[in-house]
Amino acid sequence: MSNAVDVTHDVSKEKERKPKKNLLSDGQGTLALILIAPTLFVIFLVVGIPVVMSVIESIYITTGGVNPDTGVVESVTNFAGLQQYADAFTESAGTVLSPWGRLPRFLNALINTLFFTVVCIAFETVLGVLMALIMTKAFKGKGLVRAAILIPWAIPTIVSALMWQLVFNTSGVANEIIGQQILWLADSVWSQWAVIIADVWKTAPFIGLLTLAGLQTIPTDVYEAAKVDGATAWQMFWRITLPLVRPALVVAVLFRTLDTLRMFDLPFGLIGPQKYSVETLSMLAFSDAQAQRYGSAAAYSVMLFLLIVVIAFLFIRLLGADLVSDPEVKAMNEARKKQKAARKQMKSSITSGESAT
Amino acid sequence: MTQGESTTIATPEVQEEMQTRGLSAEEMEKLSRPSRGGKYWAGLILTILGMGAIVLYCIIPFYWMIISSLRLPTQGLSNEFWPSPTSTDNLKAVFEGRNNFGRGLLNSLIISTVTTLGTLFFGIIAAYALARLRFRMKGLVLSIIIGCSMFPPITLLVPLLKMFTGFYSWFPNWMNTYQAAIIPSLSFGLPLAVWNLVAFFRQLPVELEQAAMVDGCTPGQAFRKVIMPLAAPGVFTTAIITFIAVWNEFLIARTFLTTPEMMTATVSLSRFSGSLGYNTPYGTIMAAGVYVTVPLIIVVLLFQRRIVSGLTAGGVK
Repeated sequence: MSNAVDVTHDVSKEKERKPKKNLLSDGQGTLALILIAPTLFVIFLVVGIPVVMSVIESIYITTGGVNPDTGVVESVTNFAGLQQYADAFTESAGTVLSPWGRLPRFLNALINTLFFTVVCIAFETVLGVLMALIMTKAFKGKGLVRAAILIPWAIPTIVSALMWQLVFNTSGVANEIIGQQILWLADSVWSQWAVIIADVWKTAPFIGLLTLAGLQTIPTDVYEAAKVDGATAWQMFWRITLPLVRPALVVAVLFRTLDTLRMFDLPFGLIGPQKYSVETLSMLAFSDAQAQRYGSAAAYSVMLFLLIVVIAFLFIRLLGADLVSDPEVKAMNEARKKQKAARKQMKSSITSGESAT
Repeated sequence: MTQGESTTIATPEVQEEMQTRGLSAEEMEKLSRPSRGGKYWAGLILTILGMGAIVLYCIIPFYWMIISSLRLPTQGLSNEFWPSPTSTDNLKAVFEGRNNFGRGLLNSLIISTVTTLGTLFFGIIAAYALARLRFRMKGLVLSIIIGCSMFPPITLLVPLLKMFTGFYSWFPNWMNTYQAAIIPSLSFGLPLAVWNLVAFFRQLPVELEQAAMVDGCTPGQAFRKVIMPLAAPGVFTTAIITFIAVWNEFLIARTFLTTPEMMTATVSLSRFSGSLGYNTPYGTIMAAGVYVTVPLIIVVLLFQRRIVSGLTAGGVK
């Protein structure tokens, strides 16, 4: 990490030394374009085009039926505008019964998705930070703990879903330990908690890992100084550790939040498809796509996409998540800001200068 | 083995760790002798207990999977903490013809390898440019790439499913082909690879290429002869992380690969059914889970330091 920091300083210093008219151009633009173009092209091909197709798909509605004259199944596609988006929120597309009551299927999936996200992320963050705090204290056996922590990360989600299905079986080990006969897998509130427990198990260590990396960048002398000033451990945690680890933690939580919003494998594998207590937006769109209702599936998935965009935006704006974290981009932005400020100052000094003298 | 590697590479993280260890050893000898009171020991014991708790937390469910695969097939739902008698019947039963699991492993291997190689091919050159060159709109390019890694795959899959099932006359039917799984996998594999590689390339000092170019290398030669050998560990780590991500992928494979001959291992094991079709054959599923997971775990344990530095590369500066 220290190398990266040094590079930043070099870059910014270099710029200060030889100011250019256009500080972005370095004669490397063409080379960069040649090197980056293939990747951007692939991304355009595998992400850009499907997204546009998805949006187009969502504003058309396909109704299928048997043509009475020929007896052949035919489908008719009509322009529907935002009809399918609006229908998602009404009962016209049918309602489902879940622990949230009787709701349109889309709303139910939306509530499930948000519920899982909020609850899972809350537990994962607390557990992850706790793990990181323990690991940063350890001076022996750090390798062992780190190895253990990578195991939940490395297990495929679908395998972990089936593993937890066995644990949460009615006659499984979870019920035996708590001495009760809970029907975890029977599409109820308990199923939601089964999903939450399985998700927290798999991903809290990941947050712990990222937080630990953030903790290790905090210099120890800050703590020593605080100790000299008589700070308690609790104060040190709230006033030093948490503020300093915040950038790393916010990024980790953002990654996890966006990951949970698109959750599919875990509820699908653990509880099953078309189980409304755990159906997420991804599962709903998947099930509609499988039933060849591409229009509504596309509308649902586009709304999921928009939800993710909005939440990512909120994270970046409100919590200051710095995802790009490119030293050069940062330096450029700062330089640009400085130039702007300088220009403003010049202007104001010219105008105010006259009145002053 | 990991120890040997760490000394040769000495990542900043390792140096930092060594530094803190050195410091704490000094402190222990010089300063902290009198203050080693009850508080010190209580803290130490709490830390050890906490570490034990973390290890158990991470390992116990995994342990449950392994021992469940070692029970007799008839005892699939047994709750004993040690299987008695131990049996490898499940581990053998996985490969029965009906399950097509061997084929699934092969498919997973093909799809993961091709996707990883593809992402590395595109990713290395793009990441090098992003880490080293100065150009306009760099922030935008980086944002696009990170944005793609957060994309919900389902948004891509809906139109692709319609396309690959032969709905449009101008597009061939791609259901149950390798490319149908590989191409969508690039959508998350490529951003992941680029992101990791940018972080690794940034760690290499720019002076290396400058020195090489002073010695008469072209920029291309400097990249090939100086940077690539040094970046090899980073490329390797990226390859592992991408491979694991594609290997563990379920939604894309579940959507486009529906015949037993083409399913990947993860899809295949999620569709195991009992001989009668009623009771879920947990023993066999867990055994399949062991086969899918254990190779990954071994790789992860061997290269844990590198993987951790790769995983944290994007999040921490």
